[in-house]
Amino acid sequence: MTVKSTARARKKAAPGVPDNLRTKGSDAPPELVQLLTPEGERVENPEFPLAITDDELRSLYRDLVLVRRFDAEATSLQRQGELGLWASLLGQEAAQVGSGRAMRPGDYAFPTYREHGVAWCRDVDPLNLLGMFRGVNHGGWDPNEKNFHLYTIVIGSQTLHATGYAMGITKDGADDAVIAYFGDGASSQGDVNEAFTFASVYNSPVVFFCQNNQWAISEPTTVQTRIPLYRRASGFGFPGVRVDGNDVLACLAVTRWALDHARSGNGPVLIEAFTYRMGAHTTSDDPTRYRMSEETEAWKAKDPITRLRAHLEKQGLADEAFFAGIDAESEELGLRVREGVRGMPDPDPTLIFDHVYAEPHTLVEEERAEYEAYAASFEGGENH
Amino acid sequence: MAGQLSIAKALNEALRKSLESDPKTVLMGEDIGKLGGVFRITDGLQKDFGESRVIDTPLAESGIMGTAIGLALRGYRPVVEIQFDGFVYPAFDQIVSQLAKMHARALGHVKMPVTVRIPYAGGIGAVEHHSESHEAYFAHTAGLRVVSPSSAQDAHWMLRQSIESDDPVIFLEPKRRYWDKGEVLDAPDLPLHAARVVRPGTDATLIAYGPMVKVCLEAAAAAEEEGRQLEVIDLRSLSPVDFGTLEASLKRTGRGIVVHEAPVFMGMGAELAARLTERCFYHLEAPVLRVGGYFAPYPPSRVEEAFLPDLDRVLDAVDRALAF
Repeated sequence: MTVKSTARARKKAAPGVPDNLRTKGSDAPPELVQLLTPEGERVENPEFPLAITDDELRSLYRDLVLVRRFDAEATSLQRQGELGLWASLLGQEAAQVGSGRAMRPGDYAFPTYREHGVAWCRDVDPLNLLGMFRGVNHGGWDPNEKNFHLYTIVIGSQTLHATGYAMGITKDGADDAVIAYFGDGASSQGDVNEAFTFASVYNSPVVFFCQNNQWAISEPTTVQTRIPLYRRASGFGFPGVRVDGNDVLACLAVTRWALDHARSGNGPVLIEAFTYRMGAHTTSDDPTRYRMSEETEAWKAKDPITRLRAHLEKQGLADEAFFAGIDAESEELGLRVREGVRGMPDPDPTLIFDHVYAEPHTLVEEERAEYEAYAASFEGGENH
Repeated sequence: MAGQLSIAKALNEALRKSLESDPKTVLMGEDIGKLGGVFRITDGLQKDFGESRVIDTPLAESGIMGTAIGLALRGYRPVVEIQFDGFVYPAFDQIVSQLAKMHARALGHVKMPVTVRIPYAGGIGAVEHHSESHEAYFAHTAGLRVVSPSSAQDAHWMLRQSIESDDPVIFLEPKRRYWDKGEVLDAPDLPLHAARVVRPGTDATLIAYGPMVKVCLEAAAAAEEEGRQLEVIDLRSLSPVDFGTLEASLKRTGRGIVVHEAPVFMGMGAELAARLTERCFYHLEAPVLRVGGYFAPYPPSRVEEAFLPDLDRVLDAVDRALAF
């Protein structure tokens, strides 16, 4: 069976799949799903209808603001020497909150190292994320408690873990689904392309959520691809959709559709959330060396929070008291994070030996004993 | 399991028993289904356990390893077959950066009960990338357990013990010994990580594992004709190493020679020699010697016999050890 006919068969199996998004030739202009314009106007898209209450809209706004506040606090803490590094999500809040809020409790997310907004949606304590960047652990949360895997730093590795996890869901006969987060840079990795292959041939319930933030450290997307990334999916035999990554409503609607598509036995989906990394790659990076400030300014006009606030205001869905309340909550979060990080103790050095293996390993136990004896020899001694 | 089984059949039976005893056990690999694997180690298993438990995968080793990790996160117990030793390198990143570290970085919240079966080492007249001995890479990686059987009994029970382990295990199968036969008992007679004294002796200790155990036993038999009693220890586990058994032997014999196919330089023998020297210094009559492959890519098969340690090279090392 050719890929084309496979795609056609899948289209029939899943009503509501946007035909126009995956049948165009590679020379056609990319199409972008948008439900909320940068000016805050609601746009209807028959392919991705979104029924949403006023409370939900306000709740999304709260998520976006708090996530941005947390992120800003983390950047400051790095500058103050409290964190070794921070990878800011500034500009990508809508892509992360929209997709994160599309997940059901039983769904599972596999993040990169920048998915602080998704972590927020999965109820991972922000201090856990900061522990990793402070260097007290490599991620302190229980992935299976939050259905949110540990941050993965090697680019793209987690897309295979997500696919394997999704293969397990199929074996279990469950109706959960998985999101694999990655970026435009990772799209070039072999692991990502292998994940696409495995997910496709096993028809696994996984949504590949690519935040195309235009920059892989200093490399623009033109170094990674000659076609819009979402069109890569067609070569693997599953649908690809490009969504306005700064539009939280579109990200929510498209991801919800994709997860349902996947959990219903229709196989994987690739979502390309078209967004922008407003800050540096990490606090160690200097974007002034490789990109123009005009570009950043142009993207500022598409800010995800500004547009949702404009919508809430125009529609009369939130008043000054609401916004003031969110601002106050945001300050409280900042304070909690700041105090939490500063009060975070260093782990005991014997952490080095903990959990290397699940079952005892004689060499690790010997070296632990050697270390402890060595450390004890300093107690109160002149070498201390 | 009465009678004699080949190592290949003993492995096949181990996989069958593991599939029977735990519904979460799944096998993954290239050509392991209808074909039964290129060495037929999985022969008949897909027919009996179905395609969802004996999974033919795309030809992408990193993909196999990465999805096995994902399955383990979902509560499965994957047993991965890498078709040949030289094909594991595309999966190396997933093994050393992800599989090996997952339990530690998750502070013990997740376990990685993944067994990676690799037919390894040379001696079968193969083309390149089919004869590699890469055990040191894996043994050097904290978080992995590394074992290699040399007999049907160990092949069977060590594989079952590896699959039951909650840690990732690199299971190195000496492919040139697949057709050697031996008895398989109804129960394991050693824990997974214990070394085995396969021939007692008094004059020197040969330490080997996997395909070289047989070579060392042949060398010991030949030495006996010359009046020398060589002890042969099958290491069995390369991480962790059962230093207790090795130390006790060297303290009795005073001489130790490590034999492996992998290049001597930075090989398992280097670590064993260093640690045994530390532990047995005042008991040694000679430095711990090493016999192994040369520091060169595995050669074309017409000259592989010159590369691989054989009976004469082992006995040559014994002579040198005794001459000190």
